[in-house]
Amino acid sequence: MKDAEIVGTLGISAPAHSRGSGGPVLPAKDWVPAFAGTTGLTTRRAFLGGAATLAGGVLLACAKVESARATPATMNAAIKKVIGEAPLRKGKVTIDVPPLVENGNTVPVTISVESPMTAAEHVKAIHMFNEKNPQPNVIGVKLSPRAGKAQLSTRIKLADAQKIVAVAQLSDGTFWSDDADVIVTIAACVEGLQ
Amino acid sequence: MTARALINVPAKARRGEVIEIKTLIQHPMETGFRVGLNGQLIPRDIITTFVATYNGEEIFRADFSPAIAANPFVTFFTTATESGTIAFHWTGDNGFSQVEQAPITVD
Repeated sequence: MKDAEIVGTLGISAPAHSRGSGGPVLPAKDWVPAFAGTTGLTTRRAFLGGAATLAGGVLLACAKVESARATPATMNAAIKKVIGEAPLRKGKVTIDVPPLVENGNTVPVTISVESPMTAAEHVKAIHMFNEKNPQPNVIGVKLSPRAGKAQLSTRIKLADAQKIVAVAQLSDGTFWSDDADVIVTIAACVEGLQ
Repeated sequence: MTARALINVPAKARRGEVIEIKTLIQHPMETGFRVGLNGQLIPRDIITTFVATYNGEEIFRADFSPAIAANPFVTFFTTATESGTIAFHWTGDNGFSQVEQAPITVD
């Protein structure tokens, strides 16, 4: 829990874009007496109609962003871009991530790779990818034998419950991978500020 | 304006010991995919590169994407070889650039 302490001492609060209530906040106008509410925009009906239109707009914005999401296919394309035609084998790499996270805005992830980290045999790079964020790449790291231990921890954003994949490039030219499924209850907001 | 950064490097280490280094820097990491209150996309503003050097020699390099959480936190390892300084350099969008240093004594 040392990481949490670090954040605490820095006094940095959660991401600035903390999420508010579900919909657009409008002043409640229901207090207008019934007899006065037959004209103008202050009627309950007009207010509800306006709210519905607004909600429709928000839905539309979501749909637009949705189409910009990465898919398993784009993730595979991004992985191909890194490994080329080399085969990707499972093993040696371990992703340590909670299987169920509440807040997709900060998901702690640790990737470790089994390697003696000597000049002859070491991990050259570690890459991480995801399926459903707007972009498939998460992080790319370059290591040298000096690292002594091929392990990396960071915090990532996840826009949806999805699979994340870590790929390690070894000094002998082979690529190894591991994947993990994460369920996210509150996604990192891609649909907009509330 | 400099961002607040927090570096955790052991002050002392034995020669050849593998040490853990923790870094955290204050940054919004705005993805560029979110819509603001005016209906416009908020432009991307992220840290793209993080490099750590040990007495001038690069020991760790990371390329961040918008999927890195706000206030990027990175933990990695290195071998303590000699006394000196470990420097950390973050660069990003809108000309963001910051360097922090931590001394280390190796015996």
